Amino acid sequence: MTEPLLQIRDVVVEYPSKGFRTKPFRALKGVSLDIRPGECVGLVGESGSGKTTLGRAVLGLAPVTGGSIRFDGRELTAMSSRERRGMGSDIQVVFQDPYTSLNPSMTIGDILAEPLTARDVGRKAAQARVAELLEQVRLPTDSVRRLPREFSGGQRQRVAIARALALDPRLIICDEPVSALDLSTQARVLDLFVEIQERTGVAYLFVTHDLEVVRHVSHRVAVMYQGEIVERGETADVTSAPEHPYTQRLWMASPVPDPVAQERRRAERQRLLAVQAEQDQQAGAVA
Amino acid sequence: MVTFLARRLLTGIAMLLVISALAFILLYLTGTDIARSLLGDNASAEAVALRASQLGLNDPLLSRYADWLGGALHGDLGTSWFGGAPVVDVLGSRLGVTLSLVVISTLISAVVATVLGVWAAVRRGWVDRMVQFVSLGGAAVPNYLIALGLVTLFAINLGWFAPTGYTRPEDSIGKWAASITLPVLALTIGCIAGTAQQVRSAMIDALRQDYVRTLRSRGLSHRSVVYKHVLRNAAGPGLSVLALQFVGLLGGAVIIEQMFAVPGLGSLSVSSTIQGDIPVIMGVVMVVAVIVIAVNLLIDIAHGWLNPKARVS
Amino acid sequence: MSDLTTTLPADTRSADASLAKRLLRDPLGLVSLVFLVVVVLAAVLAPLLTQHDPTVAVLGDVLADPGDGHLLGGDSAGRDVFARLLYGSRFSLLGAALALGVAVVIGGLSGLVAGYFGRWFDTLSSGAAAVLMALPGMVVLLAARSVVGTSAWWAMAIFGILLSASVFRLVRQTVQSVRNELYVDAARVAGLSDLRIIFRHVLRVVRAPIIIQAGFIASVAIAIQAGLEFLGLGDMSIPTWGSMLNDGFARIYQQPLLILWPSLMIALVCLALTLVANSLRDALESTSSPRRAVAPTSPDGASGDATASATNHAADDAGTLLRVEGLRVGYAMPDGSTKEIVHGIDLEVRRGEVVGLIGESGSGKTQSAFAIMKLLPEGGGILGGRVLWKGHDLARLSERDMTRIRGKEIAYVPQEPMSNLDPSFTIGAQLVEPMRVHLGLSRAQARTRAVELLRRVGINQPERVFRAYPHEVSGGMAQRVLIAGAISCEPELLVADEPTTALDVTVQADILDLLRSLQDDFDMGILLVTHNFGVVADLCDRVAVMREGDIVERGSTRDIFVHHEHPYTTQLFDAILTPENTRQPYRAPDQPTTPHTEVSTS
Repeated sequence: MTEPLLQIRDVVVEYPSKGFRTKPFRALKGVSLDIRPGECVGLVGESGSGKTTLGRAVLGLAPVTGGSIRFDGRELTAMSSRERRGMGSDIQVVFQDPYTSLNPSMTIGDILAEPLTARDVGRKAAQARVAELLEQVRLPTDSVRRLPREFSGGQRQRVAIARALALDPRLIICDEPVSALDLSTQARVLDLFVEIQERTGVAYLFVTHDLEVVRHVSHRVAVMYQGEIVERGETADVTSAPEHPYTQRLWMASPVPDPVAQERRRAERQRLLAVQAEQDQQAGAVA
Repeated sequence: MVTFLARRLLTGIAMLLVISALAFILLYLTGTDIARSLLGDNASAEAVALRASQLGLNDPLLSRYADWLGGALHGDLGTSWFGGAPVVDVLGSRLGVTLSLVVISTLISAVVATVLGVWAAVRRGWVDRMVQFVSLGGAAVPNYLIALGLVTLFAINLGWFAPTGYTRPEDSIGKWAASITLPVLALTIGCIAGTAQQVRSAMIDALRQDYVRTLRSRGLSHRSVVYKHVLRNAAGPGLSVLALQFVGLLGGAVIIEQMFAVPGLGSLSVSSTIQGDIPVIMGVVMVVAVIVIAVNLLIDIAHGWLNPKARVS
Repeated sequence: MSDLTTTLPADTRSADASLAKRLLRDPLGLVSLVFLVVVVLAAVLAPLLTQHDPTVAVLGDVLADPGDGHLLGGDSAGRDVFARLLYGSRFSLLGAALALGVAVVIGGLSGLVAGYFGRWFDTLSSGAAAVLMALPGMVVLLAARSVVGTSAWWAMAIFGILLSASVFRLVRQTVQSVRNELYVDAARVAGLSDLRIIFRHVLRVVRAPIIIQAGFIASVAIAIQAGLEFLGLGDMSIPTWGSMLNDGFARIYQQPLLILWPSLMIALVCLALTLVANSLRDALESTSSPRRAVAPTSPDGASGDATASATNHAADDAGTLLRVEGLRVGYAMPDGSTKEIVHGIDLEVRRGEVVGLIGESGSGKTQSAFAIMKLLPEGGGILGGRVLWKGHDLARLSERDMTRIRGKEIAYVPQEPMSNLDPSFTIGAQLVEPMRVHLGLSRAQARTRAVELLRRVGINQPERVFRAYPHEVSGGMAQRVLIAGAISCEPELLVADEPTTALDVTVQADILDLLRSLQDDFDMGILLVTHNFGVVADLCDRVAVMREGDIVERGSTRDIFVHHEHPYTTQLFDAILTPENTRQPYRAPDQPTTPHTEVSTS
């Protein structure tokens, strides 16, 4: 068994709530997860499940109030902000919205060079690296002088991926990176993610709400529900034979792009809901 | 809602305390030779020293502030250094005049600005461009220049109104109305201009909201959507602007009252500034602060009433 | 729409350059800017423009008329008015600059720190700003004069402090919104220090609003400075516009022209500053608004064969509810041209039938739906074609007649549930209103019916939701409310624009079930706009595939899923992720440092 690259143990994230003396909002209630080098772990859940928060916690963008996050043996939650900044070369991010994740007034070249200049990479070297990155994500090299608004959503997401790759990270947090994209663009960007992973051996924490996306890119899947991981396992197992009632409901809810199969799934979903409602009732009666 | 109001009230009181302390310290910090100027150059040094100690000028600043604050809580803001009248009385006789000017101006501005702003936002096109241009100009030109123009035109050239002077409403309602017409007009034009712009953009914002389309898709006429839903949602930002304009009007009244010789707080503050009558200046600052904070509190309440989200918090 | 083959526009100007260009294109802004430059130059070059000393009084020139050695005459003390005007602008402009500098430095810095770092400094400085804004500037300046005397510089510095509150609020608010932008998060993850983030990302965004605000501030500062001097509260020994006003006001009957010149200068400078600031703001708003890509078009995309297929359907008119023929939709562009985004589509919805209109972003599917209901956003309109509904052509119907059809015969379910409910009214009030208009129900009847409807769309506590405000319910619940509103007057056709896109998958399934059962109950036709093939497979009887303003393929849902002819449809179907694409299990990479036990095939 390979040593995990990222070890998340019992992580709790609490956001202070607005009101005076009201309880803080607990977005993560003790979550544990491992990611091995070069592995893609899909994190599935609905809005408010805490899946994005977990990604932000690893990035140091969410207030971790309990538990530990270790990267390559180093505790991230105990780091000073200076040390934390140094982790930028190991852990990177691709956000969901390619429109707001690129500064609209900076050129693509400046955006891509930003992580490099933060590490005092020389101008020449940075330029060469930017050209290399553009090639990796298959954007034309003359993109460097252009502004984000001249690019389509898919192209912008490629820029965001290139930026994440700039420092040769070992882990990229992908926060719904394809859900804002059109169908045909989505498939191509996903393929790019897989190809980059196979070539560079980078690990992904791939946050998504889409079952098919997770099946396409992930080696393993974790399902989040109300701030907890309720089910996890190999992608093939979890997606074909889910065990937790919530996972079952989630899988059944997503419509199959095939009228005949979808009619079957719809019937199955109704049956499942009926069975689960009955079980809930019995559980309620017992309690 | 109750806790929301209580919190606002407490904030308001805290702000008054801060303002009073700052104003008091700054105003009394400078050692004006007030005793000398009150008694004249011929007075003996002993007499001046005695007068200074009578006025409490020799006590430490902090204890004087405590005295002032204690008095203020009992409705006593000290006595004027010139004439010796209680500051409260001096202010009282002036407050009504200024408030009537400012409140009348605010009400007129609110109505006219709403009509103009809504008209511009709904009709767009040339109406919009005209309202925008006129209100930009009206807001940019200082109100005393507008007042000068009004005086030149209506008082000097046409002779419709007296160029200066004030008649109390107790003496003659008609003459009172005539005497405040030009001052109110001078205050109102700038205020209308500034408010109309904001009402216009608030309306345009509200008109672009998704629910406007959805309400229309249910078969409500454009008219009823605009006047019931859009106006209601634009009212909040409109009120905030009005609150700011109200503060501006209180400041603007200073020059306007002085120009038209209207005996309000504004002309009082100018004359007491020239004299150096610090207790009166202090009183003016506090009265104005109380008015502004009270108005903001009212606006907050109105916001809570208009905006269901604010009501919950 | 391939994201790789899209050609990039040729020009690569920076945002700032285009902002300046737009400003220059606004004639009013340009004239104002030129005027301000002239005034500044005149102030600097005053000694070259007049040989008179502004402070030298000549008895013979008291109230002299213009001309005769004095371009604009003499004032009450016999000083040259033109010279005073020129030299006065020095003090007025410098005074305004001082106030502006103080305001921008104090307000800008504190706003930056408060907005970016927050915490105690934010609380403290916001409180201070509130105190400063609670006091009218004029009153404070009068009070300050008793402390610091007649110095105009002190007055302007103090006024700058007062104005700093408005700069503070502006900067703080702007910084707060930038701080939450994803690109700032990305910079943080990249390892940039706070200082670097502020310089690279935050200042860039704050700069423009500050410049705009500066114009307004300078205008107010000039006005109030002149106002103080007008009241006789300034330093009367130096020539200023305000002291000239003061002098002119006293002599208004003898020499009315005296007051004209300073008034004109003050008014014009204030106006020019405001106009420049305003046209800058307009320019800024117009550059920042088209952040999202506009719908792409090909101007010659109208296809002839589409019209032919419509005539085939025309034969069986019996069940047809809605027939769209050659519908073209366009938007007016700022330069006066029209941009066509829907190029003549044909569409038919029969009673009790669900027709899907599927396409990617920019395909014109939503615009077509809006056009059918004649609810296109500002600037949009139907350019041609017919929208046939019960023998009427909706495209030619008046707004008044359209109002009778909307909601009653054709209803609409939007995409984003929250923004489509009016936040200021209760859910109940929004449901009751159309029923009273269309069905003529009394308030009580409408209320009963609204509660019934809420129950019908699967809301458990309809009475409570009826009384609730939109922000008090969840997104899924809000979408149910919107559906209840759409069906409240039993329409024959429902136009649903991506009704489940903003919802979670489990909620989406519930809403699709609800739409299906409602459609059965009311025998409605549904036009379903979507980008999701799963949703089409679930609900639609027939489907039309839309691309860049044209319908490229149509047919029964079952047929299209089995075989499709158009290459674009094929491309879309190929992009669908299917279980066959499941990723291979994890294999540990060859890492020399970590020994691994699994069999490696690479």
